[in-house]
Amino acid sequence: MKEKEILNAIKKIVTPYTQRQEGLEDFSEETDFIKDLEVNSANLVDVILDVEDEFNIEIDNESMEGMLTVGDAKNIIEQKLASA
Amino acid sequence: MKKRVVITGMGVVAPNGVDLVNFEDAIQKGKSGIRFEEELDRLKFSCQIAGKPQLSEEKIAEYFTPLQLRGLNSSGIVYGVIAGTDAWKDAGLEIQENEAPDWDSGIIFGTGILGVDKFREAIHLIDAGKTRRLGSTSVMQTMASGISAYLGGILGCGNQVTTNSSACTTGTEALLMGFERITAGKAKRILVGSCSDHGPYVWGGFDAMRILPSKYNANPTEASRPMSASAAGFVPGSGAGALVLEDYESAMERGAKIYAEVLGGAVNSGGQRGGGSMTAANSEAVIRCIEEALRFSEISAEEIDVINGHLTATTKDALEVESWKKALNSKDFPYINSLKGMTGHCLAASGSIECVASVLQMDKNFIFGNVNCEDLNSEISDLISEEKIPRKTLEKPINILAKSSFGFGDVNSVVIFRKI
Repeated sequence: MKEKEILNAIKKIVTPYTQRQEGLEDFSEETDFIKDLEVNSANLVDVILDVEDEFNIEIDNESMEGMLTVGDAKNIIEQKLASA
Repeated sequence: MKKRVVITGMGVVAPNGVDLVNFEDAIQKGKSGIRFEEELDRLKFSCQIAGKPQLSEEKIAEYFTPLQLRGLNSSGIVYGVIAGTDAWKDAGLEIQENEAPDWDSGIIFGTGILGVDKFREAIHLIDAGKTRRLGSTSVMQTMASGISAYLGGILGCGNQVTTNSSACTTGTEALLMGFERITAGKAKRILVGSCSDHGPYVWGGFDAMRILPSKYNANPTEASRPMSASAAGFVPGSGAGALVLEDYESAMERGAKIYAEVLGGAVNSGGQRGGGSMTAANSEAVIRCIEEALRFSEISAEEIDVINGHLTATTKDALEVESWKKALNSKDFPYINSLKGMTGHCLAASGSIECVASVLQMDKNFIFGNVNCEDLNSEISDLISEEKIPRKTLEKPINILAKSSFGFGDVNSVVIFRKI
């Protein structure tokens, strides 16, 4: 799967949880889920579940802890897809 | 001096009408909200009928954000949030998105059990070893105080935000708890109310106790028959009712519409002694509760124009009327009616839905007729004059109305409303 497709999918997944719309306008790999998009920290687990469903992968707790930015999420998704 | 407490807003989600206008029309006309439920038939319930508010997806979407709607599977929260938000708006109060909460406004919103469908979802996932798939809202949709928590966040209340639970007295008890907090000067306004989930997992236990009517599956609207000779058990219901209670001075200051004044009331328990049990009321406690409500409200028995009873449509209806008669001990018995003929017994939501029905009658000068009571129970007609049990809606001004609710655990509550 192309990098761009993964990023677009992440953007789509995170949109309903985003409380700061400006954060979506300059959405990039550097975008921080909590700082830039103001996703409620409790909702991060819902983002993970939606990512799992979208890419048919499983993200363990350890990987989840490292998922602070969109780039982190993309890397983990790529890793999981490669090892699947 | 004690603060006076008035009602400045109401909201309702009832089986026979959602919102105040539809609900008032329904109770004026004696419209039933009891329907056949296919699901209960499939699950082999004896009683396959129930009272369930009719809500469209579009209506629900008006009250929740798209994010809140994701995975929302708690009917009690849906009913409670709609009724509570409507009551707030009806009181002319704004929902502000500013940073500071409203420190003078609180919420006391009860329930019996919350989010059973969400809980079922969780149980299936947990048993399949998929706990990590529950998502983030499993806790708040199933904790009892989920309803006050959702409303507290939507309305931004900064005073006490809590949930009470006392079976079928819950809603009336919530109202009295809010009343007491305002009279004590601890809050300017409290949104009080209660909600009850719908569905087989709430109603199944009652069906198993064989206290629900099983012979009306083909004629649902005739099944709930309070005070009739043919009363065959209560029909299970669901929904929510909500009232904004407010310090009289605060209500006057902002020029709010005042529906009625809460004069006072009483809450007690029969201790499951002297004829009382987990499921039956100790009549002495009921009588004391009525007497105390009158005393705290500083009114005499003769001043009561209408009683809105608990009257669930069981053989105990006559006992409730007898308790009222003994407690009031007056020459003329007031008019008496029961909402449950139209809605069924909305369990934890019954007290608040019936308080809304009571106050609507006072506001619009009518006494709704008792539905399915053509064959009045002779034990009741031996106690009081038949004309006091209107079978058709009467147009009549009401000055003082007494509302009672009783619940499992032998708990009672009575509240007194006065027109202002």
